Amino acid sequence: MVTHDSGGAHAHHPPTAFIWKYIFSLDHKIIGIQYILLAVLSVFVGMFLSLLMRIHLAWPNAKLPFFEGGIMTPEQYLALMTMHGTIMVFMVLTTAPQSGFGNYFLPIQIGAADMAFPVINMLSFWTTFVSLVVLLAAFVVTGGAPLSGWTAYAPLSALGSVAGPGQGLGQTLWVVGLAIFCGASLMGALNFITTTIDLRTRGLSLLRMPLTVWAWFVTAILGLLAFGVLLAACILLLLDRTAGTSFFIPGGLVVSDVVQKNHSGGSPLLWQRLFWFFGHPEVYIAIVPGMGVISHVLSTFSRKPVFGYRAMVYAICGIGFLGFCVWGHHMFISGMSPYSAIAFSLLTMAIGVPSAIKTFNWLGTLWGGRIRFTSPMLFAIGFVSLFVTGGVSGLFLAQPSLDLYLHDGYFVVAHFHMIMGVASIFGIFTATYYWFPKMFGRMMDEGLGKLHFWITFLGVYAIFMPMHFLGMVGHPRRYPSGENFAFLGPLQGVHLFISIAAFITMAGQLIFLYNFFWSMKRGKKAEVNPWHATTLEWTVPSPPPHDNFAGRPPSVYRGPYEYAVPDAVEDYVPQHLAPEQVAKAK
Amino acid sequence: MRRKKPCAGSTTVAVTLAVFLLFFTLITLYLFAAKYWRPPDPITSFGREIDQQFARTFLITGIVFVLSQLALGWVVFRFRDTGGRATFSHGNTTMEVLWTLATLVLFVGLGIYAERAWAEVHFRGAAPGALQIEVQGQQFKWYFRYPGPDGKFGRTDAQYVKDSAQNFFGLDPNDPAGKDDIVTPVVAVPVNREVELILRSKDVTHSFFVRELRLKQDAVPGMLIHIHFTPMQVGQYEIACAELCGLGHHQMRSFLQVLSDADYQNWLREQAANQ
Repeated sequence: MVTHDSGGAHAHHPPTAFIWKYIFSLDHKIIGIQYILLAVLSVFVGMFLSLLMRIHLAWPNAKLPFFEGGIMTPEQYLALMTMHGTIMVFMVLTTAPQSGFGNYFLPIQIGAADMAFPVINMLSFWTTFVSLVVLLAAFVVTGGAPLSGWTAYAPLSALGSVAGPGQGLGQTLWVVGLAIFCGASLMGALNFITTTIDLRTRGLSLLRMPLTVWAWFVTAILGLLAFGVLLAACILLLLDRTAGTSFFIPGGLVVSDVVQKNHSGGSPLLWQRLFWFFGHPEVYIAIVPGMGVISHVLSTFSRKPVFGYRAMVYAICGIGFLGFCVWGHHMFISGMSPYSAIAFSLLTMAIGVPSAIKTFNWLGTLWGGRIRFTSPMLFAIGFVSLFVTGGVSGLFLAQPSLDLYLHDGYFVVAHFHMIMGVASIFGIFTATYYWFPKMFGRMMDEGLGKLHFWITFLGVYAIFMPMHFLGMVGHPRRYPSGENFAFLGPLQGVHLFISIAAFITMAGQLIFLYNFFWSMKRGKKAEVNPWHATTLEWTVPSPPPHDNFAGRPPSVYRGPYEYAVPDAVEDYVPQHLAPEQVAKAK
Repeated sequence: MRRKKPCAGSTTVAVTLAVFLLFFTLITLYLFAAKYWRPPDPITSFGREIDQQFARTFLITGIVFVLSQLALGWVVFRFRDTGGRATFSHGNTTMEVLWTLATLVLFVGLGIYAERAWAEVHFRGAAPGALQIEVQGQQFKWYFRYPGPDGKFGRTDAQYVKDSAQNFFGLDPNDPAGKDDIVTPVVAVPVNREVELILRSKDVTHSFFVRELRLKQDAVPGMLIHIHFTPMQVGQYEIACAELCGLGHHQMRSFLQVLSDADYQNWLREQAANQ
C-alpha cells in the first residue's frame, strides 16, 4: 500500500476528520503550527509574568490584581521569576525556532513529503503540551509555584517545602514537567536528525542544504546530547525530593532550625554540573535556528549569495561543539576547582571566534547587495545588531576574574536576555514574517510589520542596555526589591525607566498579534514565491498540500543561495531548475 | 539582463536604520564610559587589578562593538536597493582566514591576560598568619565566627544548632576550644592585614558578595571554601547574598567593617564580652 520513492515520501492519504487533521495530525506542517501556537500562548504568559514583575520593581507598593491584599510578596515575585524563565526558555525559545518552524520547513526545504517518523512527531508535540500543563499547574497547587529560579539550584530545590513556599508540590511539578519536556525534545531531536540524513531529495548534498537546514540539524544534535542529561538530572532531583535519596543533598543541613537527618553524602555542585552541561548547549538550541533563518533571509533580501557558505557551516558546527565544553563558566564562583576555570574560560573566549565569523559573513552578505527592507529583513538586520551587543558582554563574563564581580548580577541578566532572549526572538519574528505567506497563503501587513519592528528594536535596547549599568554598579539579580541595601536605593530610577520601556515594548507586541491573526484571514493573497527566493519551499503552493510535492519530489541542481547570477535573466536561480531550464541573458 | 527598478521607500528605511545605529552606538559608548555606573573604588590590590582588566576588556570589546554596529549601519545605507543587480560573490577565503585568526588571537589573548587576577585570588592560599574568620550563610542571615584567644575554632555539629539559643554554628558545648569562640552578625577586620574567610552554609547555597572587594564566592552546604584578601581602606561595606537562597534572599545583608588595628581590638573585646 505504501510506496516509497527515492525521496522517501510517505504516501499516507490526508485524513478528513477534524481530530485527525488538526488535533492529532501526523502532518509536519500542522504539527509545526501547533508548536508555534503553543509558543505564542507561552510567550504571552511569560510576558505577563514579567509585566507583573516590572510593575513591582518600579512601584514596590503598587496594588496588583491576583495578589492577596494587592501586594506582591517576595516569594511571589521569585515564583513569577522562576516561571517566567522556565516558560520562556523551554516553551518559547526551544519550541518555536526548532520544533515550530523547523518542523514546518525542514522537510519541505529538503524535498521530503514529511518527517521520517510522523507518529513520533505527533507524540513529541502532545508530550510537550502535557509538560506545559504540568508546569502551569504549579501555579494553582498549595504553596504555589517554585521560587528557586529556572536553574533550580540544589539543595534549595531538593529539600521540599521546608526550604520555602512553592518548594513543595510546586517544585515537584516543575521537575516532572521538565522531565516530560526532555522526553518530547529527545523524540523531536531523533526525528530531525533522521529526516535530515535520510530524506534529502536527489541532488541535495549536505553542502547544498540551506543554512536553515544546517542550523536545525546541528540544533537537533545538541538537543539529543543535552536533553538526555537534563532528563537524568531531573530524575535524580525527583528522587531526592520524593524517595529519600541524597544525590544533591549533603549531610548535616539545618533548615529552619530542623536538622535534616534523612540526607547525607550528596553534592550540590553535581546538580550545577548536570544542569549546565545541558544549560549551555540550551543557549545554542535557542539561538542557532535563528542564525540559520537570518542567514537565509539576509541573502534573500540582499539579492546576493550568502558570503562564505562553507565558513557559515563550519561556524555553526564549531559553536555546537564548543557549546558542550564550557558549562563550567556558569560555575566560576561555585567552589569548583579554580584551575579548571582557566580551561573553561579560554574555551568560552574561543566561542567568540565562530560567532565573529558569522557576524563578519552576515556583513559580507549585505556588502554589495541590493537590500530590500521588508519586515523579515528588518528583523534579520536587528538580529545582527543584537547578536553583536549581546555577544561582546559575553567576553566580560567569560573571564573568571571579572565574573567574580559580575556573576549573579544584572550584567548577566542583560547579557542572556540580549542574546538568548531577544536575539532569538528576533530570529522567530524574522521566520514568522518571512514564511507566513507560505504557511497561510496570505501576506502579513508590511506597514504594521515595520511599526512592530521599530517599537521592538528600540524597546528591547531601552529595556536591556540599562541592565548592564545596574550590573556594573553591583546590583544582584533575583532581588524583589533593593530597599534593604543602601547602594541599591539610588538605582530605583533605572528600574522605573526599564519598566516603562518594557510596558511600551509589550504593548507593541499586540500589533504583531493583531497582524498575525488578521493577516491569516484578511491578508493579501500570497503568490507561490512572493520574495523571489531560491529554496524548495518556494516551489510548492501556499500553503503547501498534504504531502508537499504531490508525490513528485523535486531534484536539486545547485546551492541554496544563487542570487544575482550574472548570465541569468532573473536575479535568482532556484535550486530545482535544471541548468537547461534557466533562462540565459543574451 | 533584466534590470530592476528599486523598491519604493528603501532610502528612508536605510537612512533611519543607519542613523539609529550611529546614535545608539554613541549613546551606549558614552553611558558605559560614564563615571556614574562605576562601582565604588576597590579596597584591595586585587580589586584594582580587576578594574584594570575590566577597562582593558571594555576597550577591546568597545572597539569590536563600535566597528560592527557602524559597519552594519554603513552597509544597510550604502547597499540599499537602488535598482540594478547585486554583486555576485560567494565569499573570500583569505578574508575568512584573516578574521578568524585575528579574533582568535584577540579574544583568547584577552582571556589569557585575565588569568593573572584570578590566580592571585584562587591559586595562592592565604599566607600562614592570616586572620581566620568563618562565615556562615543561612536563610536569611550571615554569621561570623572568630576563634578567640586560643586561635582555635571549636568543634561544631548540626545536632547542637539552635537559633533560638543563639547557637547558629552548632558549637559543641563539650569542646573546650569552642568556649572562647566569638560569633557575630557583622564582620570586622583590621586594615592592611590579610584575612582568610572560611565559607560554609547551614542550609542552601548562598553567596558572599562585597562590591568593594570585587569578590564573590558561593557558600555551599557540605563544603568549606577559603578566600582571602587584604583590605587597605578603613570603612564600612555592605555584604549581600548573591545566590538565590529563598524568599528572604534580598534581605540577607550584613557589614564588613575595616577598622584600624586599635579599633579592631576594642571591637573584638566588646564582642567577646557579649557572648
